[in-house]
Amino acid sequence: MSQIEQQLINGLALGAIYALIAIGYTMVYGVLRFINFAHSDVLMLGAFAAYFLAPLSERVFGPQSITGAICVVVASSALCAGIGMLIELLAYRPLRNRPKLAVLITAIGVSLLIEYTCQHKAVFKAETKPFPRLFPSQDFRFGGLAISSNDIVVLLVTVVLLGILWFVVQRTRIGTAMRAVSFNHQAAALMGININRVISFTFGLGSALAAVAGILYAMKAPGIEPLMGVQPGLRAFIAAVVGGIGNLPGAAIGGVLLGALETFAGGIPGISNYRDGIAFAILILILLFKPAGLLGRVQTEKV
Amino acid sequence: MQPNSPDQPPPLLELRDVRVSYGAIDAVNGVSLRVRAGEIVTLIGANGAGKTTLLRTISALLKPRGGEILYDGKSITGLPPHEIVRRGLCHVPEGRMVFANLTVEENLRMGAYLQTDRGVIERELEFVFATFPRLKERLPQLAGTLSGGEQQMLAIGRALMSRPRFLMLDEPSLGIAPLLVKSIFEKVVEINRQHGITILLVEQNANLALEVARYGYVLETGKVTLEDESPKLRANPEVRAAYLGG
Repeated sequence: MSQIEQQLINGLALGAIYALIAIGYTMVYGVLRFINFAHSDVLMLGAFAAYFLAPLSERVFGPQSITGAICVVVASSALCAGIGMLIELLAYRPLRNRPKLAVLITAIGVSLLIEYTCQHKAVFKAETKPFPRLFPSQDFRFGGLAISSNDIVVLLVTVVLLGILWFVVQRTRIGTAMRAVSFNHQAAALMGININRVISFTFGLGSALAAVAGILYAMKAPGIEPLMGVQPGLRAFIAAVVGGIGNLPGAAIGGVLLGALETFAGGIPGISNYRDGIAFAILILILLFKPAGLLGRVQTEKV
Repeated sequence: MQPNSPDQPPPLLELRDVRVSYGAIDAVNGVSLRVRAGEIVTLIGANGAGKTTLLRTISALLKPRGGEILYDGKSITGLPPHEIVRRGLCHVPEGRMVFANLTVEENLRMGAYLQTDRGVIERELEFVFATFPRLKERLPQLAGTLSGGEQQMLAIGRALMSRPRFLMLDEPSLGIAPLLVKSIFEKVVEINRQHGITILLVEQNANLALEVARYGYVLETGKVTLEDESPKLRANPEVRAAYLGG
């Protein structure tokens, strides 16, 4: 019993990170109808930003200070928001009225460009670097359960961020504009909405979440390296599709589901090596029965 | 073109030899027209004559290949769509394009996107409810669940939220129950008379359009082939044969 609960907690923490990343994919898909493959690299850049900012924060706030950790996370998110907006401005905006395939290929190109530039010896190098401890961590024991404070932080941060995101999207003017743009660019433009600004904001928001996810992921991973975003990025993309691409709660649910499935499958003795296979087989099954994803609606193609 | 005599005010909107093409196909082929402040002008013509293209060009959803668009005496050619809305020129597009995924209230508030004064937004809402009481009953409903007629009311109401000086309506009668069409046209006249909003009306239902408009232009394959005051157009045998059902 405690084994299952243990896996559930681990799975939730991993899934929460996937959820944060998946939201970025799904939001960009919502406003531009393409998959921003460079999103997983923004996640990696977020982790690296924190890696370089951590010593700075230690000098100012002392080692493993909570205030320092918050500053590092906020600064990394802001930096990545800027990077995300820059990627959109330089790589995607010039192709706005081109076939979607051109943008999709460009996104893959941007992703590879970032990954291999960062692997260069003058940048981050290809080797794995140990990620600094941003704040004190300890394990709590409840009966047979071992819960690390890191996992609690991951869950807490995710819940708070999802709450903020929900508020922004549902209750603010810019959030409503995002939903309007995702429905129809031209109709939104006729309301006086500056489409470019809304799209830019969407990239900024998604990239900031990705940066936080990158830092949380790095805390659980053995270290960070320029290709660290690829695996969680791919999973989060799949989570977004399973949840119903373009649908925000869907992305969150998809992320948590994928994290939980992966962890559970990994915890079954004898088949733990097949955990990805099992997790993805279940996802394929879900898509077979709900092709538009769990919360997605089937859209008829307009002719 | 309407005479620009000294006793007439200058036009609020003026198109000079506007040309628009989709790739190699010319959709609008040198159209010039004028709409004076406070009047209703209609643009009639068959399917594919270029009426919608023309409206979409004025609101900058399309780029003209040539010619000039003047609004309030200044060129607005080349401005982005949101800058045109900011100047008080608002476009209710063909097919309504209400945000189906937003509630009626959110749709209306999006119409006032450029308005940051909450007091003004609330007053505009009251004005829209006074014009279309049905919308008030439907506020929390998703716009996609409204009937065609209600969606048209919402599309017009949403445009009114931006406090336009100039309203362009594209086929407000399209796909709407005949009984509602009449009521929507009454509202259009009301908006024009009571609130002094200038209207450019594109309509396939030429009978109805010429009834409410002071002046009309007939568009054929991207060119203005006829223009006159509405009563004269209605009496014109060619117009009668082609657009008014004989």
